[in-house]
Amino acid sequence: MKDRYDVLVIGAGPAGSIAAKTAAEKGLDVLLIEKRQEIGDPVRCAEGVSKEYLKKHVEIDKRWICADLNASYIYAPDGTKIEMAEEISGGEVGYVLERKVFDRALAEQAANAGAEVRVKTRATGLIIEDGSVKGARLMHLGKTYDVRAGIVIGADGVESKVGRWAGIDTSLKPIDMETCAQYLIAGENIDQHHCEFYIGNEIAPGGYIWIFPKGEGKANVGIGVLGSKTGKFKPRPVDYLNKFMEKKFPDARIVEMVFGGVPVSGSIEKTSTNGLMLIGDAARQSDPITGGGILNAMDAGKLAGEAAYEAISAGDVSLQKLEEVYEKPWRTTLGHDIDMSLIVKNCFINLSDEDLNSLAYSLKDVKFERMSLLDLLQALFKANKKLLWDLRVLFKDAAKEVVKNKM
Amino acid sequence: MSIKINRYKCGYCGACVGVCPKGAIELVETWVEVDESTCVACGICDRICPVGAIEVMK
Ligand SMILES: Cc1cc2nc3c(=O)[nH]c(=O)nc-3n(C[C@H](O)[C@H](O)[C@H](O)COP(=O)(O)OP(=O)(O)OC[C@H]3O[C@@H](n4cnc5c(N)ncnc54)[C@H](O)[C@@H]3O)c2cc1C
Ligand code: SF4
Ligand code: SF4
Repeated sequence: MKDRYDVLVIGAGPAGSIAAKTAAEKGLDVLLIEKRQEIGDPVRCAEGVSKEYLKKHVEIDKRWICADLNASYIYAPDGTKIEMAEEISGGEVGYVLERKVFDRALAEQAANAGAEVRVKTRATGLIIEDGSVKGARLMHLGKTYDVRAGIVIGADGVESKVGRWAGIDTSLKPIDMETCAQYLIAGENIDQHHCEFYIGNEIAPGGYIWIFPKGEGKANVGIGVLGSKTGKFKPRPVDYLNKFMEKKFPDARIVEMVFGGVPVSGSIEKTSTNGLMLIGDAARQSDPITGGGILNAMDAGKLAGEAAYEAISAGDVSLQKLEEVYEKPWRTTLGHDIDMSLIVKNCFINLSDEDLNSLAYSLKDVKFERMSLLDLLQALFKANKKLLWDLRVLFKDAAKEVVKNKM
Repeated sequence: MSIKINRYKCGYCGACVGVCPKGAIELVETWVEVDESTCVACGICDRICPVGAIEVMK
C-alpha cells in the first residue's frame, strides 16, 4: 500500500468496485479497500436484478447466475394473484445472482483495470485539511495507515460512516429503512423460473416477503419490514419470516441466514463535499419501493469513476465541481427514478389490507404481457381513486414520456 | 444508561449502524462496537435490529 493515490474507494460492494474499475480504466491510480476479509461475504441481499440493466454494466457470466426468471407473481393479503411477465415487472426480476461470486468478480475487474485492492482494510476516519477531504486513516491487521488521495469515494454501504465523518448526515430514520431477514432454503424443489412477492400488513408491515429461486431447487425466502412498523415490543423481521416459513415451507432446510437493512429514504440532500463523493447504499441510492440497490449502486459507481477523472484532470475537486460532474448527472438519471419510487412507497405504506386486496383484484385480469400504461391506469382508476390521486405525479411524468416517445 | 449487544445473536448486518443518529455504532467485521460516550440511549438501533440483538436501557 502506498501513501498516496489519485482515488481512494472505501468499500468493495458493487458501487465501489465499479467506481474503482471506471477510474482505473481512465488511467487514474486507484486504491480500493474492503474491511471484510472476504469480498461479498456475508451476503446481505436477495440477489435479484433486471437482465437488461445488468447487461449495461457487465458481460453476463454464468458463474454468478443462479436463476433466470421470466415472470413474477404478486400475492395480495387475501391470496389474489397478479401475474407479471418479464418485460414489465420492473427492475427487480431477471436474474438471481450469487453475490459472493458476483461481488468478487467485480472487484477482480477493478484489479484487472489496474486498481490496487486491499481486503481486511477498514477506514476508521478521514484526513480533512482546509475544509477538504484529503484521504483516510485505514486499519489493516491491527496497524494504522494514513493514505492520501486526490478524491475519496465513500462506497461503504448501509452502515456508511464516510459521509458522516465529512459532515454529511446520512443517518436514516426507522421509517427510512427496511429491516430484513432471509433464509436460503433447500429441499423444497422450488420452481426456478418465477419469483413471488407477498404483501400485507399482517405478514410484512410496510414491506413484503419475497421468494427468489437460487438454482437447484433452492430459494432465497426473505422479508423486509419498515423500520417504523417493527421494534422492541413488536415482532421482528425474523419473527415474521419464521411465521411465514411455518405456513409455507414447514419442512424446508435453512442452509444460510441473512440479515440486513435497506435504505428506502429516497434521495438525500447531499452526496458530495470537497474531495468526496458518496455512492450506492452509502448515498442512500437504493430504490424506496423495491429495496433494490445493486444496479443503482453500479450506475452511481460508474458516474463517480468518470466524475473523479474529470475533476482530477481539471485539477478541481471542490464541491462545486463535484456537483457539476457527479451530483447533477446522478440526480437527473437514477435520482429521478428514486424520487418517483418514493412517491409510490409513501402511498403504499399507508394502504390497508382491504385496499391492497381491491387493488390486486382489479389488476388480476389485466393482460400484463401486453400491458400499456393506459390499461394499468384504467385498472387502477377503477380500483382506487384515492390511490390515483396520491400517485398523480407519476402519471404526469408517464404522460410526458408518452408524448416524448411519440415525437 | 447503557446499551448491550448480544454478539451471540447479532447477524452483523450493519442496520443499526445506519440508523444511529449519533454515529455511535460501528460494524467492525463480524462484531459491533458501541462508543458509550456518544450513545444517547435513544433506542433506535434496538428498534431496527432484525433479530433483536440490542438492548438499550435508559
Ligand atoms: C435482505 C436484503 C435484500 C436485498 N435484495 C436486493 C435485491 O434483490 N436486488 C437488489 O438490487 N438489491 C437488493 N438489496 C440491496 C443491495 O444489497 C444493496 O443496495 C447493494 O449491496 C448496495 O451496494 P453498495 O456497493 O452500495 O454497498 P454494499 O454492497 O453494502 O458494499 C459496501 C461495502 O463496504 C464495506 N465497508 C463498509 N464500511 C467500510 C469501511 N469503514 N472500510 C472499508 N470497507 C467498508 C462493507 O464491508 C461492504 O462490503 C438487498 C438488501 C438486503 C439487506
Ligand atoms: S442490527 Fe442487530 S443484527 Fe444487525 S449488526 Fe446491529 S445488532 Fe447486529
Ligand atoms: S441507543 Fe441511539 S445513540 Fe445509542 S447506539 Fe443506539 S441508536 Fe445510537
